[in-house]
Amino acid sequence: MAHKHDPNEKIVFIGDSRVRKRDYSNVTPPDYSAFPGKSEAFIPNFLLKEWMVGVVVLVGFLVLVVAEPAPLGYPADPLNGSFIPMPDWYFLFLYQLLKYPYASEDYLVLGVLGLSGLPFIALLLAPFLDTGKERRFYRRPIASSLMVVSLVAVTYLTWVSWHHYTGELEKNGVIPEHIEREIKAEEAIEKGLPRPIPGREKIPAMVAADDPAFTETMTQAQCISCHGAELEGANGPALRGIGDVLSKEELVETITNGKGDGMPPFKGTLTTEQIDQVATWLSTQKAGAAE
Amino acid sequence: MFKNMYNWIDERLDITPMWRDIADHEVPEHVNPAHHFSAFVYCFGGLTFFITVIQILSGMFLTMYYVPDIINAYYSVDYLQHQVAFGAIVRGMHHWGASLVIVMMFLHTLRVFFTGSYKAPREMNWVVGMLIFFVMLGLGFTGYLLPWDNKAYYATKVGLEIAGAVPFLGDYIKELLNGGTIVGAQTLTRFFAFHVFFLPGALLALLAGHFFMIRKQGISGPL
Repeated sequence: MAHKHDPNEKIVFIGDSRVRKRDYSNVTPPDYSAFPGKSEAFIPNFLLKEWMVGVVVLVGFLVLVVAEPAPLGYPADPLNGSFIPMPDWYFLFLYQLLKYPYASEDYLVLGVLGLSGLPFIALLLAPFLDTGKERRFYRRPIASSLMVVSLVAVTYLTWVSWHHYTGELEKNGVIPEHIEREIKAEEAIEKGLPRPIPGREKIPAMVAADDPAFTETMTQAQCISCHGAELEGANGPALRGIGDVLSKEELVETITNGKGDGMPPFKGTLTTEQIDQVATWLSTQKAGAAE
Repeated sequence: MFKNMYNWIDERLDITPMWRDIADHEVPEHVNPAHHFSAFVYCFGGLTFFITVIQILSGMFLTMYYVPDIINAYYSVDYLQHQVAFGAIVRGMHHWGASLVIVMMFLHTLRVFFTGSYKAPREMNWVVGMLIFFVMLGLGFTGYLLPWDNKAYYATKVGLEIAGAVPFLGDYIKELLNGGTIVGAQTLTRFFAFHVFFLPGALLALLAGHFFMIRKQGISGPL
């Protein structure tokens, strides 16, 4: 027992009458007698058992933390019109709900207040809506079924939203930025280059900038309209330092047949010889040679 | 010596009953996972608190490096992630902990709901618990913006548009959160302030109320 007290003990005031020695002689905490059984003291007995559950969770958590680094994409660019927005996973159900007709556009008020606000308010006030004494869930069919239906709805909406998102990624051939960033960092490190910091990449200087492959052929072929007047990159990637990334053969292939949606094929515009000259010149664009 | 110091303080402040009450109160059998394996469902509340403590500690270390400014925020996170010793671990704990705390809280809420523990006399504690839930979602929402990458930026934009759709008050709420009319420098400093000062303050006050009520009312009995 916790507080052994002499019932004959007098109330003792120590020094200041505002600090009163408490009398526990007639106080029985409700949980001592309410549930007879193998109850035990909170500290240390019970807390130790709860801590064991906590340790299992902690180990799992730390394994996740070590195995899966926290994601980080590219710096926020308010002008990026093609980015597919993605809230954190526990907001997805709401995000999806507000996309449906009768929950969006003209009915957005209904969606926000009626379909999202009301259930949350109902949840907040659950004890005042469900006032019966019965606690077992199978004896409270209305409350329980409402909760089960909500759970199913939330799970379904989350799934639909995620499914839609992955579909969009696939349709547009987009790799999520945090993954793309990691892939690029790994590639750079494999080549012995420092880990690139997005937005702060040091673009190497141009090698042999007076070469006719650049001053004539590439200017005529409008390369600079995408890759930048100094090949520093614009809509297309920077080409300075491209020699570290692609070999001459790969450059020939890219110029001839294009790449992705952005890079058009040049096999009709340029002769094989011109392509070869440009690729040769580009393959000399190495960070090491520029210094 | 410590005993003397303790006694000296105890004589003046009568602190023994406070901690003895916490340490000695008995925990009933039906919530003890050592006696009934299924009682692990009663651990979700404690685990939520455990993860919350992890969040507070890891968050305190993150603010040592994080800079809430649109030019430097991203690079401070990048630096933290790749240059600072154990930075990736601390940030990883905060990132994944943010999800885990939602999961745990969700499970805890379901346990309380399906065991009917929110019923009289514990109505107030349920309401406080739901407020904690909303504060946690707010922490998740404001924290999501802080790394200032595209994902953070566009998710916040969408979130604020939803907030703006609340009738009558929507525009005011949106502008209050936004700190202006666009998601920009003001939004970031504001979200930082909400995430680091306002919401944790509210959270700690609510948690204190939550725990006080649990201690006062005891755990709900077996079904």
